[in-house]
Amino acid sequence: MTTTVSTTRGGVGDSALRPDGTLKVTGEFAFSSDLYADDMLWGATLRSPHPRALIRSVDIGAALALPGVYAVLTADDVPGERRYGLEVVDQPVLAGRSVRYQGEPVAIVAADHPETARRAVARITVDYEVLAPVTDPEAALAPGAPQVHEDADDDPRAGHSEPGPDQPLGTGNLTRHVPVRRGDPAATAPVVVAGRYEIGMQDQAFLGVESGLAVPAEDGGVDLYIATQWLHVDQKQVAACLGLPADKVRLTLAGVGGAFGAREDLSMQVHASMLALRTGRPVKMVYSREESFFGHVHRHPAVLHYEHGADTDGTLVYVRARIVLDGGAYTSSTPAVVANAATLGVGPYTVPNVAIDAYGVYTNNPPCGAMRGFGAVQACFAYESQMDALAAALGMDPVELRARNALTTGGLMPTGQLVEGPAPVAELLRRVRDLPPAPAGADFLPGGVANTTRGEGVVRGVGYAIGIKNVCFSEGFDDYSTARVRLEVINGRAVALVHTAAAEVGQGLVTVQQQIARTELGVDQVTVATADTRVGSAGSSSASRQTYMTGGAVRAACRLVADRVYARAGVPEGRLRDGAVLDASGAVVASLADVVGDDPIEQTTEYRHRPTSPLDPETGQGDAHVQYAFAAHRATVDVDVELGLVKVVEIATAQDVGKAVNPQAVVGQIQGGTAQGIGLALMEEIQVVDGLVRNPSFTDYLIPTILDMPPTRVDVLELADPHSPYGLRGVGEPPTISSTPAVVAAIRAATGRPLPRVPVRPEHIVG
Amino acid sequence: MDFHAPGTLADALAVKAAHPDALPIAGGTDVMVDLNFDRRRPPALIDLTRVGELRAFGADGAHLRIGAGVPYRQIIDQLAARAPGLALAARTIGSPQIRNRGTLGGNLGSASPAGDAHPPLLAAGAVVELASVRGTRTVPAAEFFTGPKRSVLAADELVTAVLLPVAPGPQQFAKVGTRTAMVIAVCSFAVALDPVARTVGTGIGSAGPTPLRATAAHDLPLPWDTAGPLDDDLVRRFGELVAAAARPIDDVRGTAAYRRHALGVLARRTLTWAWDDYRKGRA
Repeated sequence: MTTTVSTTRGGVGDSALRPDGTLKVTGEFAFSSDLYADDMLWGATLRSPHPRALIRSVDIGAALALPGVYAVLTADDVPGERRYGLEVVDQPVLAGRSVRYQGEPVAIVAADHPETARRAVARITVDYEVLAPVTDPEAALAPGAPQVHEDADDDPRAGHSEPGPDQPLGTGNLTRHVPVRRGDPAATAPVVVAGRYEIGMQDQAFLGVESGLAVPAEDGGVDLYIATQWLHVDQKQVAACLGLPADKVRLTLAGVGGAFGAREDLSMQVHASMLALRTGRPVKMVYSREESFFGHVHRHPAVLHYEHGADTDGTLVYVRARIVLDGGAYTSSTPAVVANAATLGVGPYTVPNVAIDAYGVYTNNPPCGAMRGFGAVQACFAYESQMDALAAALGMDPVELRARNALTTGGLMPTGQLVEGPAPVAELLRRVRDLPPAPAGADFLPGGVANTTRGEGVVRGVGYAIGIKNVCFSEGFDDYSTARVRLEVINGRAVALVHTAAAEVGQGLVTVQQQIARTELGVDQVTVATADTRVGSAGSSSASRQTYMTGGAVRAACRLVADRVYARAGVPEGRLRDGAVLDASGAVVASLADVVGDDPIEQTTEYRHRPTSPLDPETGQGDAHVQYAFAAHRATVDVDVELGLVKVVEIATAQDVGKAVNPQAVVGQIQGGTAQGIGLALMEEIQVVDGLVRNPSFTDYLIPTILDMPPTRVDVLELADPHSPYGLRGVGEPPTISSTPAVVAAIRAATGRPLPRVPVRPEHIVG
Repeated sequence: MDFHAPGTLADALAVKAAHPDALPIAGGTDVMVDLNFDRRRPPALIDLTRVGELRAFGADGAHLRIGAGVPYRQIIDQLAARAPGLALAARTIGSPQIRNRGTLGGNLGSASPAGDAHPPLLAAGAVVELASVRGTRTVPAAEFFTGPKRSVLAADELVTAVLLPVAPGPQQFAKVGTRTAMVIAVCSFAVALDPVARTVGTGIGSAGPTPLRATAAHDLPLPWDTAGPLDDDLVRRFGELVAAAARPIDDVRGTAAYRRHALGVLARRTLTWAWDDYRKGRA
């Protein structure tokens, strides 16, 4: 069913202002690190300096003896389940017999001052038996390799997030293998290109470090104020680890300073709660920037071997690939990331014969999990590099080669899933190609104010890429969101209150909820209550799903409220607009305020997208995904080929968003996602050597500045999806996926270098 | 942690003499990072921002004297004509906020091999003025640095000023970083032509345990008399001498091989630009 969207001011389709916008710009917004409670203590964490070691003993005596220290807790003090995990429960709250990555928490402290807590941490003595770390994922998969989890206390078991309890767990160092087989896996073709590609470990680099406040409650439970992406999955894990029923662990969303996947896993939630329950005092924890690099998962580094076969006219005959994703020490979201890399592994193309194997592997490297793009990023860099190599081998235009093989509505994915919604793959590519070229003169040359060139060695290049991303949770997971909407009269005006548990992580979800309520209920004033666990789960602010899912839930709840208004007003086919109740003919029947009167109308409901299916474990066949989203990029770069420095001159991008619920926010997502993709292309990498992170700071983990971000041309298509609320399509991830290969393609065009690895470093360009 | 806030240089030197393990802080762009990262726990800080003498600059005989507390912003805005190499380097430092706060003296006090202000000081033949209650001494910039984050600065001394010969010829500075701004140098290079002495001053940053000079290039036989265009071989030779003078290592910011290569490129380019300026000045 499609709905006529009203023209309500601040409603769906309007670039309504964010309620948090002014506060954030003026520095007045309260982030989770600003939380405060009278009488609160400060928590701190002792972390392992070793990527792999056995713990012989932990001596906390000297730390406890320090004045101002209220508690020092170790693994033995965990009151409930000693491990947690999103998809697989395998990560210790505090390390017990062994540590498996550098930075793994070993002990926690509560003290009267953060400095006291830090000093106490330094006085804890841990006797480690240091072991050689497992750091090469390929070697980790080999028979006889040392097992990262051989000394675990218990076998891993399924967690609460996608793909859910039915997924097969791996064995040994294999966390998951997803094969995808379609057509003839041994097909041959006259034109063949093969390549090996590598992705470095990207960090989400959110600005708001991990932080929160745990307040012990009189009922023996805890109230946790926390920056997270999914309150209810935190609640389940925290309650299990504390040995408390879920209703005694109440979570409230605190101000979130960015997420990008890094807040899907727990960080300090259980630790602060344990300290609060032990001391009977509120406990605040705030990671330092350096600690933050050890406090959350990163994007999986990957090695991808691809072979593409095509006819001489460019028609793809087959794609074969082997994708190895380094998941690090614990499972986190690796199984779902592996499934994405495998099922989206050929890109938005029609390929009759596919044989892809994607693997997630345990190592003693930092744990990797969710990050914007989630498995689709790694695959896209490889398959788009391959498409360019194939175009070169065929002597074809790279855009035309892509268009010739482009997925279309009614096409089949390698999983056998029918693409039902709009799939404007060829159109998006042609749109970015047909834009006028970037201006000849850039704002500045590569090197910027560092004065490295006056034009010497500078060569321009243009590159293209397109990507595909699944929206919402996949593989048969019961994915839903809950919304409570209350319509009441305040000061003579009908106003709405929307309450969900959905995490506003900076993407603009609060604004979207307001817009939907305005459109559906015809009211101006909509208040969005602080997200907390007093209402049902909203699912995660990830997988580009919240506008779809929580937007869908808010719409559904509003419509239930509206139905009760119509019933009260005696209007069977009514509408609500501008504070009035209209009949089917559009005539005003009553004012909304009069109908609601002093009897507020409240409805709570759950919204589910269409069900998906698990993947066949042998063939990878199945209708695993809900919705596909596409974005295309054209990158124009200037490269100083003698110094290997790159200036991205312009990014042109086209993306189908189905319906731009908030056009300005859509453009913001596309620009921000593109910037993150440029970062991966040019500079962003956590450098890990022998399991040790070499650059845990913003001094040496570089992210693009405003001067690295070029002007963008953003072309937004709105081809409605028949199954989603308002026809919308998830927006947040696609721009991150294709911007990276587009930038690298442009550098290749300028330099002729193969550049099989990102981020591209100057030494790769100068050779 | 004690905090001293002397109002005069004499008071500052007295505090430093009384508390030799106190850490001076001016802009705080290095010190605060060390404190925040818990790399350093000095027993006391000496805030130098109230010491007016350190913020002065101006002619001092044949030299330009720049107080240690002069921030980069001021060097860029007010000293570009008199200290062109240093001003070019100052433009590449950090963000606008850091350039507003960070000082030349702080850069020297940290003595990082990657300090952006150091190569132009070496190239121009600057001297560093150090003071203590015992008196004042000057040290050539090239002798100031003794190792990574180490210098000849004694425990009771403060860096008070830099003395630069008034630029007798064109100067250039270039820095390679892996993003467009707010980046620590992968390597950097400064050149200063002295048409009077007929010498080529050089400074190499972030490619050795200290800032370095390519002394073998000092007497490069440039066609000073004719002011003709530079021979390609001569420019190449200069690049080779500079690359050879570097002592780079592999680290998170780049490889030794890349640094050596890039220094050769920067040397060739900056010499050519400086020489073009010299020729224009003569025409």
